[in-house]
Amino acid sequence: MYAKGLKSLSIASVVAVAAALALVFFYAPLDADQGFVQKIFYVHVPMAIVALFGFVAGGVMAIKHLRSGDRTWDMRSYVAIHLSIILGVGVLATGAIWAKASWGHWWVWDEPVLVSFLVVFLLYCVYYPLRFSIDDPERQARYSSVFAIAAGAFVPLNFAAVRMAESFTHPRVLSQTGGDLPAEMRLTFLACLLAMALLFVTLWKLELTSKNASMQLKRLRAKLLAEADARAAA
Amino acid sequence: MPALPLDEAGKYVAGAYVVFLTLIVVYVAIIGAKVARIDRELGELNELAGESGGQAGRSRPAEGPASPEEHGAGSPAEVSR
Repeated sequence: MYAKGLKSLSIASVVAVAAALALVFFYAPLDADQGFVQKIFYVHVPMAIVALFGFVAGGVMAIKHLRSGDRTWDMRSYVAIHLSIILGVGVLATGAIWAKASWGHWWVWDEPVLVSFLVVFLLYCVYYPLRFSIDDPERQARYSSVFAIAAGAFVPLNFAAVRMAESFTHPRVLSQTGGDLPAEMRLTFLACLLAMALLFVTLWKLELTSKNASMQLKRLRAKLLAEADARAAA
Repeated sequence: MPALPLDEAGKYVAGAYVVFLTLIVVYVAIIGAKVARIDRELGELNELAGESGGQAGRSRPAEGPASPEEHGAGSPAEVSR
């Protein structure tokens, strides 16, 4: 069901990531202000953007679940949020490394970009205990979807708040027109964003394939055991 | 803050990319372990299906008349009587 096109998608992801890394280290010029450290931007920012889009996508899938009652949408939403949290760990870690190299501190509490992303990340960390504290699968899916929708709506708010916030500390490399980046850097950034998005979709499909196979296996085992019991009773 | 020299900045850049690659590799390894478990369970189920299929095959003659001799009686007409 989910495995269709996974092989070609995986190959495309590997090629895209390799090409993006080649562009980062062999094509994009060094930043005049930050120097070589600015290369972290090409992994940190696409990862943050894809993670935030993943959270929103999880919310949209949760809406589809509540509207249709089809629990496969809940599973898709769960996997999207799960992957986004993993990318969120990467965003926080690479952000801390970049902060230490640029500002001399691992974390700056008065920086709205960092703190708002941390708030979003911690909000989604609540998703796991909420989801797995409910045994009934129907209720679990329904409650998780409600959470995913509410939290997903919060993500654009976070983005807007960061854009509106005045800050002289955080490097502002993407303006509304995208005009602050030189052409080579913009191309490299877009390649990195595409590679990260492809990687996200590939891993999402991979985990869904694994979960789907696992569930089918459980059903098959239950069916076979029930048949064996029925034969033994007869 | 002035830009760091290349040798010092290189450590931070390498650190950031290693974090990213480690996350991806660990994630794929976990999924790979899950797929290996599914494969193993599928093998067990195949064995279970083979066993139950064999039992079903063995038990089928007792469930229905496969041949007149198995009834311990004469012709099918006598059995029905």
